[in-house]
Amino acid sequence: MGMRKVAVVGAGMTKFVRRALETGKELSWQAASQALNSCEMSLDDIQAVCMGTAPDAFDGIHMKAEYLSDGAGAWGKPYMRSYVGGGTGVFSAIQGWYHVASGLFDTCLVVCEEKMSSYFPHAQGAFLTIFDHTTERPLKPNLLWIFALEMNRYMQTYGISKADIARVAVKNKRNAADHPSALLGDPTITVEDVLNSEVLAWPVSRLDVSPVSDGAVAVVLASEEVAKRVTDKPVWIQGVGWALDTSYWANRDLAYPRYVERAARMAYEMAGVTEPRKQVHIVEPYDPFDYKELHHLEGLLLADRGQAPQLAADGVLDRDGNMPSCPSGGLLGVGNPIAAAGLMKIAELFWQLRAEAGARQVPGKPERGLAQAWGDLMQVGTVVIMGTNQGEERLK
Amino acid sequence: MTVEMKRIPGTALSEKDIESGVVLSVQDQLDARYAWDTGVGIGAYLAGLKRGEILGSYCPTDDLTVVPPRVVCEWCYRPMDSYVRLQDTGRVNTFSLCYVTWDVQRIEEPEIPAVIEIDGASPLHGILHKLGEVRPEDVRVGMRVQAVWKPPHEREGAITDILYFKPIAETER
Amino acid sequence: MTLLPRDPEAPGTWQGSLPVASRYTYGLAGERFFRALKDDGVILGSRCGRCGITYVPARQFCERCFDELQDWHDVGTRGEVHAFTRLYVNLDGSPREEPELIAFVRIADGGLMHRLGELDPEAVQIGMAVEAVLKPASERKGSILDIEHFRPTKA
Repeated sequence: MGMRKVAVVGAGMTKFVRRALETGKELSWQAASQALNSCEMSLDDIQAVCMGTAPDAFDGIHMKAEYLSDGAGAWGKPYMRSYVGGGTGVFSAIQGWYHVASGLFDTCLVVCEEKMSSYFPHAQGAFLTIFDHTTERPLKPNLLWIFALEMNRYMQTYGISKADIARVAVKNKRNAADHPSALLGDPTITVEDVLNSEVLAWPVSRLDVSPVSDGAVAVVLASEEVAKRVTDKPVWIQGVGWALDTSYWANRDLAYPRYVERAARMAYEMAGVTEPRKQVHIVEPYDPFDYKELHHLEGLLLADRGQAPQLAADGVLDRDGNMPSCPSGGLLGVGNPIAAAGLMKIAELFWQLRAEAGARQVPGKPERGLAQAWGDLMQVGTVVIMGTNQGEERLK
Repeated sequence: MTVEMKRIPGTALSEKDIESGVVLSVQDQLDARYAWDTGVGIGAYLAGLKRGEILGSYCPTDDLTVVPPRVVCEWCYRPMDSYVRLQDTGRVNTFSLCYVTWDVQRIEEPEIPAVIEIDGASPLHGILHKLGEVRPEDVRVGMRVQAVWKPPHEREGAITDILYFKPIAETER
Repeated sequence: MTLLPRDPEAPGTWQGSLPVASRYTYGLAGERFFRALKDDGVILGSRCGRCGITYVPARQFCERCFDELQDWHDVGTRGEVHAFTRLYVNLDGSPREEPELIAFVRIADGGLMHRLGELDPEAVQIGMAVEAVLKPASERKGSILDIEHFRPTKA
C-alpha cells in the first residue's frame, strides 16, 4: 500500500519505581539515552521525536510534552505528542511508525514517560476526571469502580471465579522477578496470596491491581536502509491497528472489548496474519488489572470469549507454554507508569525476538509478537505486531 | 536488554525520604474551577431528573434508545429525533462493593456502585449510579431495581436527585 | 441542526472543580542545585564541553547533544536583565497599589525568572546589571524563593 518498511533497532528503559527522585525530563533522558546507546546512534542521527505522556493534570504542568521535550531529545527537531490513556505506550510506537513508513523521516525516536508520584497525596485522585463531570462525578466515584464493575460483569457473564483470574497476577509477578526494572516482581507469590489480599472494591483486591509508578521507556525506529546499517537483528513492525469505542462506557457490553478486536483485525490484516493463534508466538496484552489480560486476549481473538481463563489454568500462557503472555511480567509485575507501560511491552518484544531477554527469554526462537495497550475513557485499543521477518513471506 | 544494559537508571525514593527532608521538595495547589455548559442533551436530562423522570433519546435509523440523551447518534451520525421518557426502574448490569473512597480512605460499610440498565432503553444501555437499602451480600447481577428520589422540593436538576436504586420484586411495576 | 429541542427548564451550567495538588521532587540536578542555594547561598551552572553552553539552573544533561553534564560550577550571583515587565494587576484581576517587577535575569547561557527589588520601577532597563539578594541562611528552604529578589549592582 505504498508504505515503507520500518524496524525497531534500539530500546531502553528506566527502573519503574513508586516515586523517583528524577524529574520527568530526567527519566525521559535516561530512557532515550539508553535506547540510543543500545544501537550506537547519537541524537544527531534522529530526525523526529514522538512522545507519549499522560494528562497535564497528573503533573500540574500545562503543555507537558513540550515541557519534557528536552528530555525526549526533541531540541530543534519535528516533535509530536500523543495521548490515548494507557493505550499511549503502544500508540506512540504507531505514531513513530507512520513518521517513517510515510517516507517523511528515516529515523524516529519514540519516548514514553510517566511521573505519577507528584500528584499528591495519591495519583488515584487524578483519575476522577475519567468520569463525566455532570452525570457521574457528583456520585463521588473513584477509578476502582470502573474496573470493579467491568471485572464483575466479565466474571458474571462467563462464570469465571476470582481464583481463575488471580492466576494471571501470579504468572506476571513471578515473570517480573526476572525483569531488572520491575517494581513488584515476586518469585514465590501464590493464588492464595492474591485472594487473601485486602478487598478494595469487590471483586477487585489489592494484588489484582498494578502499582502506580514513575518510569520511562524509549525505542528507536528506522527505515529499512538505516536499519540494515545499524543492526544485524532489526525487528520489523509488521502491522498496526487502533480503534475507539463509545465514551458512554455504561452503554456498551462490558464483558467484551470489541474495540480491541477492531484494532487487532486492522493489525492482523496489515501483517498478513490469518491464524493469529498459530502465527503470534508471544503476546504482551495490557494488564493493569489481572482480569484485563484475559479480557484482552479474547478481544485479540487469541482465545474464545470466556475461555482465556482456561488457557491460564492450563499453563498455555506461561513463558514455556504454547502462547506466552506477558513474559515481561507486565504491568502487574514491572509497574504501571501510565503512558510508558505499553512501550515497555514493545521493548520486551524487541528483546525477546532478538534473544536478548536474558532470564525472561521465551524458548523456541519466537519470530512474531503482538503488543496491545488500552485505556483512555476505557475504550481505546492499540495493537502493534512485530517480527523478525519483514512481512513479505508468510510464516507458517 | 538484560544482557546488554550495564546499569538501569532510576532512583527510588521512600515517602520518608521526602517527608523528612532528606530530599528537597515543593508543594503546589492548582485552583481550577469550572462552569460546564450542560448542552441540549444533558440539559434536558437534568431538567427531567428535577421533574422525577429519566430521559433518553431515540435514533430511528438504528432503532436505538440511549441514556442519557444526546443530540446526535454516534453510530450513524444523524441527529437523534426525539426524547424518550424512560421508566425509573431497571436491572443491575454489574456492581461493585467498594471499601475505599476516591482519596484512598478506608470505609467500613461499602458503597455499592452499579451500572443499571434502564427500562425503556436499548439493551446494555445503562447509567452509573449507586445501590441502597440492600445488604452487600444480597446484591446480584440481573436484580430488578427502582430509583429512590429526593423529595421534589429538594431536587436541583442533578444526577443526585436520585439518591440510589433499591431492589424491587420481579413482579413490581 | 439538532432536532431535539432545548428544555427551557434546563440548568445552563454544571459547576465543579479539579482537585490538583502536587508535590515535586527536584530531580537529580535540581536536588544539587537547590541544596547549594540553601546550604551555601550559591547558584550553580553546568557546562556542556561539546556544545560550549553553560546551563543555569544547572542541568543533568545537555538538551542539544544529550551528553551527561559533569562540569558543575558556581556562576556567581550576578546577571543582566534580559526582559522585564511591571505587573499592575494581581492573579485574580484586582489592581495592585505598587506594580510588581518581574524579570528574566540572564546568567551564563541560562538564567532565572524572578522579582526585581530595591529600585524605582520606572528605572528598569534591559541590559541592567543586577545581583541576587538571598534570604539569611537560617530562612532558606531549598526553593527559588531563597532568593528574595534581584537588585541593581552598585556601579
